[in-house]
Amino acid sequence: MSAAKTDTLPDPSKRDFLYITTGTAGAVGTASFVWPLIDQMNPDASTLALASIEVDVSSIEPGQAITVQWRGKPVFIRNRTDKELEEARNVSIAELKDPSSRNDNLDNGDATDINRSAGEGKENWIVMIGSCTHLGCIPVGLAGEYNGWFCPCHGSHYDTAGRIRKGPAPENLAIPKFQFINETNIKIG
Amino acid sequence: MKLITVFSRLIATGFAIAFTASVMTTAALAEGDGGTPHYPINHPKHVHWSFAGPFGHWDIGQLQRGLKIYTEVCAACHSMDLIAFRNLKDLGYSDEQVKAFAAEYEITDGPNLEGEMFERPGKPSDRFPGPYANSIEAANANNGAAPPDFSLLAKARAPERGFPTFIFDIFVLYAENGSDYIYSLLTGYQDAPEGVEVGEDTYYNPYYIGGKALAMAPPLEVDSVDYDDGTPQTVDQYSKDIAAFMMWAAEPTLVERKSMGFKVMLFLVIMSILIYFTKKSIFMNLKD
Amino acid sequence: MSGGHSKYVPVNGVMKWMDERLPLPRLVYDSFVAYPVPRNLNNWYTFGAILSIFMVLQLITGIVLAMHYVSSTDMAFNSIESIMRDVNFGWLLRRMHANGASFFFLAVYIHIFRGMYYGSYKAPREVLWILGVFIFIIMMATSFMGYVLPWGQMSYWAATVITGLFSAIPIIGVPIQEWLLGGFAVGDPTLNRFFSLHYLLPFMLVGLVILHVWALHVVGQTNPTGVEVKDLKKETVPFTPYATMKDLFALALFFILFAYFVFYLPDYLGHPDNYIRANPLKTPAHIVPEWYFLPYYAILRAFDFNIGIPFTDIVLLDSKLAGVIAMFGSLIVLLFLPWLDFAKTRSGNYRPLFRQFFWIFALVCIGLGYLGSRPAEGGYVTAAQILTTAYFAHFLIILPLLSILEKPKPVPPSIADAILAKNKAA
Repeated sequence: MSAAKTDTLPDPSKRDFLYITTGTAGAVGTASFVWPLIDQMNPDASTLALASIEVDVSSIEPGQAITVQWRGKPVFIRNRTDKELEEARNVSIAELKDPSSRNDNLDNGDATDINRSAGEGKENWIVMIGSCTHLGCIPVGLAGEYNGWFCPCHGSHYDTAGRIRKGPAPENLAIPKFQFINETNIKIG
Repeated sequence: MKLITVFSRLIATGFAIAFTASVMTTAALAEGDGGTPHYPINHPKHVHWSFAGPFGHWDIGQLQRGLKIYTEVCAACHSMDLIAFRNLKDLGYSDEQVKAFAAEYEITDGPNLEGEMFERPGKPSDRFPGPYANSIEAANANNGAAPPDFSLLAKARAPERGFPTFIFDIFVLYAENGSDYIYSLLTGYQDAPEGVEVGEDTYYNPYYIGGKALAMAPPLEVDSVDYDDGTPQTVDQYSKDIAAFMMWAAEPTLVERKSMGFKVMLFLVIMSILIYFTKKSIFMNLKD
Repeated sequence: MSGGHSKYVPVNGVMKWMDERLPLPRLVYDSFVAYPVPRNLNNWYTFGAILSIFMVLQLITGIVLAMHYVSSTDMAFNSIESIMRDVNFGWLLRRMHANGASFFFLAVYIHIFRGMYYGSYKAPREVLWILGVFIFIIMMATSFMGYVLPWGQMSYWAATVITGLFSAIPIIGVPIQEWLLGGFAVGDPTLNRFFSLHYLLPFMLVGLVILHVWALHVVGQTNPTGVEVKDLKKETVPFTPYATMKDLFALALFFILFAYFVFYLPDYLGHPDNYIRANPLKTPAHIVPEWYFLPYYAILRAFDFNIGIPFTDIVLLDSKLAGVIAMFGSLIVLLFLPWLDFAKTRSGNYRPLFRQFFWIFALVCIGLGYLGSRPAEGGYVTAAQILTTAYFAHFLIILPLLSILEKPKPVPPSIADAILAKNKAA
């Protein structure tokens, strides 16, 4: 390569500008191709279509519970008896291991019984994700020292409002976003 | 050496002539006698579709009319098992409308707590239930010819374009062979010409891809579906609407694909120009 | 260029530390930065780079598609449709992968014909060429198995027909076919093993490509004059930025063509019947392979007669086996090209007769491709027989004859002289 003729070369600053523009455009192009490769791993449309479900709870009598599957996890829906409600209400926040309501329907709040239930007028209903907050096993209903739920994997005891009372689990059982869309149906998610 | 050159050139010319001649004459031969007949008899008619071309888009009203035809006429025999009710949001319906539409269908679900299957109203996440339990039932109910599923039919039925049309298609971006075919088939029923024998329970149609007659009776007639938007209720209009709807069903992402394509092409052209000048500028260093 | 002396100088302490332990940066520098390429390469020489990019693209889109694909005869077809409809950008990735295979082949055909024209297979590049032929064969196997995965009608019948080729082998043919299929017909075991191999073979391809590039870097690139580089300083330029920029520009143009098909004509190169679920009880009226297999398919079908001893009833080779042998033979013959064409002059630019036959050969291949797409009947078969003869005659008769008989035009003494002459003419 001999020395280039300076008069045929564009101005060096113009040339740098060209190189930088080309490089940037190439980088932008590559990055926009990478996004589809990443996004394809996100939940697809058929999965998202099942992100919310409706459950008919009219046949659940007080003292009964059902487990439904929502987003691949079990959800406990329990119609609590007056006795269970009473037990749960008589606990002061100070006694609780986790004082937070852990209720996705509330911005925040204490783990009072009303904050854990389906709300005013529906206090007897409790809807929770049935996945122990310790390591994800499924707790057993009507069991444990507090007569609520008991996780057999590592011995976590939850009370009748699904609050952690004893054992290794750090948090109360999580309450998903849900609402009564009419007297008989709950929409979860 | 001269002689060898002449000789070799002769061989070369011989090959060239043999090549052209064989392709030309044999093509003509094959079209004529000896060959099996080629269907369809007529090429599909060309329709102007809103979704054709690089800026193609759906005509939402047309798709909604197409859905109406499907549910009121076609669904009696044809399934559409890849389409879920939720997909109807593409057709401009709201979540509530889709939910109400889905609830009109009975879906078999289960097993319930007693271990039994049960019927429940459809949900947006369900797919369109078919008219038959399985393809054997479908075939038995239709003289042995199971009506094809609608989900991909607009892409699965594309008569061969032939030479040299298939080369021009690249430049004019012709990709509506399937919807043209469906339109042509639906509007193409006619009396068999003199001397043409048609099998029992089949209907002569020169646009049919699988023979001279098909097992499906003409499915549409004037006013067979009520339109509430004032669109003419003719067989021609119905055929266009259902064909467009079937194209949507076969490829719901068609419009998204074309609009993304334009952006990508634009980017690539700009990128090429930039690279061209960068390359030119770099190669200037080489000039002696 | 094959010399052991490297011009790599580590830019900082970290690179120096690395260089003393694993000289990977040095390898990359020597192979893709400082590597000298002839100055007079034209744009036909950019397809090697385009091919390597397409190989990477096929790997990436393929790995991603495998995250959603289900290789079971019940689910395969629907899983592809769920990729097309529900997976985020699934339609784009699947279209890129399917059309990417076609463009991979388009590029590889241009690359092969470029090599044939410029005599890139001649000594000392025989191993380079043979590796290339193996890459080509692995590519064909990979794309064939990939085509089966969507489990449409064409997938199914392609698998049936192609595995049927093995049944032509006397005595052991049928057991081999059943071994390949894992059953008596194409089914779940077939689909699963094809999926497994479709995932494996591309990695073997990568390995072969590395060897191919290694062999290239040992012997150096050819160039349109066919004269070896004599003066590194005057006749070559460093790979980066010169070859890189040239390749990038060609790649950008090739991508425009690719995007045109992916976004506007995604089904153009496919077959409509593959949108119909596989049905083992019904063969489509007219089955054809993907366009890049059409010439071989025409050769296969050209044999509609048994080969025997004339005037007797003794059959040496039945038509089925003859077709299969001819089809595989059309690939195998490529392996011997370096010895079938033994003319001293390398580049077709200085061999007028060779050049003529080269273009006729290209036409023969296109003609075979056209005939492969036609039904196997009447005159089409006769035409395929003529062109098949021409195909083999080119390798087995014409090239050796030309090597002896042709008197080439004078070759420039060096690349530098050729460049000078060209500049003067311009």
